Amino acid sequence: MNDALGLPQSILVLGGGSEIARATVRALLAKRPARVILGGREHALAEAATEARQLGATEVSTVVFDAIDPASVATAVGEAFAGGDIDLTLVAFGVLGDQADYDCDPAAAAEAATINYTSAVVAGLAVAQQCRRQGHGSIVALSSVAGERVRKANFVYGSTKAGLDGFFQGLGDSLAGSGARVMIVRPGFVRSRMTKGMKDAPFATDPEAVASLVVAGLAKGSPIIWAPPILRVVFTAFRHLPRALWRKVPG
Amino acid sequence: MPGAVSDHRLLTGWGRTAPTASDVRPLSDAEAVFAAQPDRGVLARGLGRSYGDAAQNAGGTILDATSHDELVTLDPDTGLVRVSSGISIDRLIRRLVPHGYFVPVTPGTRFVTVGGAIASDIHGKNHHVAGSFCSHVRSMTVVTPVGTLTVDPVSEPELFWATAGGMGLTGVVTDATVAMPRIGSARLAVDTDRTDDLDGVLALMTGGDDRYHYSVAWIDCLARGRHLGRSVLTRGDFADDGDLGYEAAVRIDTPPVFPSGLVNPLTIRVFNEAVYRKAPRHRVGELQTIPQFFHPLDGVGHWNRLYGRRGFLQWQILVPFGEEETLRRIIERLAGAGVGSPVAVLKRFGPGDPGPLSFPAPGWTLALDLAIVPHLASLLDELDDDVVAAGGRIYLAKDSRVRRALVPTMYPRLNEWRRVRDRVDPDGVLVSDLDRRLDLTGHHSR
Repeated sequence: MNDALGLPQSILVLGGGSEIARATVRALLAKRPARVILGGREHALAEAATEARQLGATEVSTVVFDAIDPASVATAVGEAFAGGDIDLTLVAFGVLGDQADYDCDPAAAAEAATINYTSAVVAGLAVAQQCRRQGHGSIVALSSVAGERVRKANFVYGSTKAGLDGFFQGLGDSLAGSGARVMIVRPGFVRSRMTKGMKDAPFATDPEAVASLVVAGLAKGSPIIWAPPILRVVFTAFRHLPRALWRKVPG
Repeated sequence: MPGAVSDHRLLTGWGRTAPTASDVRPLSDAEAVFAAQPDRGVLARGLGRSYGDAAQNAGGTILDATSHDELVTLDPDTGLVRVSSGISIDRLIRRLVPHGYFVPVTPGTRFVTVGGAIASDIHGKNHHVAGSFCSHVRSMTVVTPVGTLTVDPVSEPELFWATAGGMGLTGVVTDATVAMPRIGSARLAVDTDRTDDLDGVLALMTGGDDRYHYSVAWIDCLARGRHLGRSVLTRGDFADDGDLGYEAAVRIDTPPVFPSGLVNPLTIRVFNEAVYRKAPRHRVGELQTIPQFFHPLDGVGHWNRLYGRRGFLQWQILVPFGEEETLRRIIERLAGAGVGSPVAVLKRFGPGDPGPLSFPAPGWTLALDLAIVPHLASLLDELDDDVVAAGGRIYLAKDSRVRRALVPTMYPRLNEWRRVRDRVDPDGVLVSDLDRRLDLTGHHSR
C-alpha cells in the first residue's frame, strides 16, 4: 500500500530502462523497500533489474512488451497485476527521434506516435482498470514540456506528448473517487541517453532531479509536476506568445 | 446476495491521507458477507478516527458500524452496560452521565465507537490507574469467518485478548458488555501546572500522577534550549457535587476546503506560545466540564480539515521508563527540525493489559499531529529507529507510514497473535489497508 507520504511498496515500471524511471526507482527504494516489476523490451531491462536488486528491492521481476505493439502493453499490464496489488505504476516508455528524419519518413513518425501515444493510452487504461479493481494505486505518467506548446523543431514528438498529457489529465479526472490517482510529470530538457549529443536547452536538468521531484509530488498528492518547477512559469508565458513569435523560438 | 445494499465509497482515516475505495455495507450484513467470501476481504469500520489506514479495505468490503449504535441494556446497580459495537463514546456519555456513570476510558475525542475502542484497545488520561479500554470489557460477540463467537476474558482469553488491540483483524465485534465506573458529578476538579522544561513535567508526573485519576501534559515541541519540552500538565478527578447535568456541543465547523500549509512551523509557534502563556503556573481545584477536560478539540467540527488537502499524520510512540533520555533526544530532534505540532501530548502509562498487540505498556507516550511535508518521511524513519532501540513502539491506530520491518520488533508477541488469529480466519478474509501495508496477519508478506 502507498503510505501517508505516497511511498509505495510495489512499483511497476512500463519502460523499465528509462533513465528517469530508473532514477525514480532508486529514489523510492532509498526510502522504502519495495517489490519492483520492470516492463519493456527484454534486453533493455537487465541492467535496471540488477540495479533494483542491489538497492534492496524485496523482489524483482520483468514483464516483456514492445511499445510498438499496443496489444503487447495490455498483456504485460495484466501479467504484472496478476502477481498482486501494485501501488505505483510509472508510464515511462517513449522515443524522441529527430524531426528532420520524421519529415522525410512519415512511417517512422507513425511509429513514434504509436509508441509515445497509442501505447501510453493502452497502458493508462489497462492500469486504471486494475487500480479501480484494487481500490487504490498511483499512476505516474512521463509527459514533457514539449507537449505543452508544440514547437516546429520537434512537433512530431511534441504532439505525441501533447496527446499523452491530455489523455492522462482526463484519466486522472475519471479516476476521482476510485482510490486511484494520476500524476503527470512534465520535464524539460533532461540530460540522458535520449538527448545524448544534443546541446543543453535552458533549465536543463537530470534524471535524479526529476526523480526527487516525483517523490515529493507523491507525498503532496500533486496532480502535475514540472521539472524543474520554474518551467511552469516559463511555459505559462510561452503558451501566450503570439504564433509569429513562437515560430521564431530557436532550436 | 439478494437485496444487499452496498455503496462504493472513497475512505480515509482522520489524517485524510492515502484514500482507497471500498464497497460499504451495514454491519448487520456481517454474517452474509462472510458467507459470500468476498474477493478482497472484509473489515468493520466505526467513525473513522484512526489516523491512518486502519479502517480501510481497498477494493474490498467495509462493514459500517455507525448505524449499529444501540445501548441494549444498562444495569443501574452494577454499571454493566451492553451495547452494539457502533455506539459512540459520545452517545454513551450522554446516556450514562445522568445515571451517575461514565465511560471507563475515553480518548481525546468522544467520536469513536466501542468497536473501534476494542480494536485499538484505546487508552485515555486515566491509563496509569485504570488501564486501557479492553480491561473493562466483560464480554463481546465476534463474527468471524468460522462462525459467530461469544468471547470473554475468562472462557476464551486468547481470542479475547487477540481482539483487544487486534485492529479489527480477528473478526467483526457486533456487541460488547462493558463495566462503567460511577461518578458523583459531571464536573472535574482540575489542577494545572506549567513547567519550564521536560525535566519539570516528567518529575511532576512521576511524583504526583498517582494522586489523580486523570493526567495528561500538553507539550510545546518547538521550544528549544533551556525550554525544551516545556509543558502544561493538567490533572484531575471527578468532583462529588451530585450535579449530573451534561451538555456537549460542536461549536463551529471547519469549511470542507481549507488551504494546505496554514498549519506550519510559524503558526504553530505562535499558537504554542499562546497556549503556554495562557496557562497558569500552578492552579488547583478549577471545575471543568467533561467536554472541556476530555474532548476540547471536539468543539471544532472536522478540525482535521485545518491541515488542508495534503492531510496530516499522528506519530504516537511509547518509550519505556528508564528511556527518558531517548524521549529528550526525540523532542530535541523534532524541535531542531522545526517539525512542530499544535497538538502534542505526553502521558505516563501504567501497566499494559494482556493483549499481544495492545499498545500501552509501562512508560511514556508522546503523540504529535504533523502536517504532511515531503521531508517528514526520513525524519520519522530515523526517530522510529531510536524508539525501537529504546524498546518502544508505535501506536498502530495512529500509524500511516512506519516501515513494516520494524513491526515484529515493536510488537514482539506478533507471532503469538497471528496463531490465535489464524484459528478464526485461516484464509485471511479479514483484511485492512494497515494490514496490507504492515503485514500484521502474515498473509501479505509480498
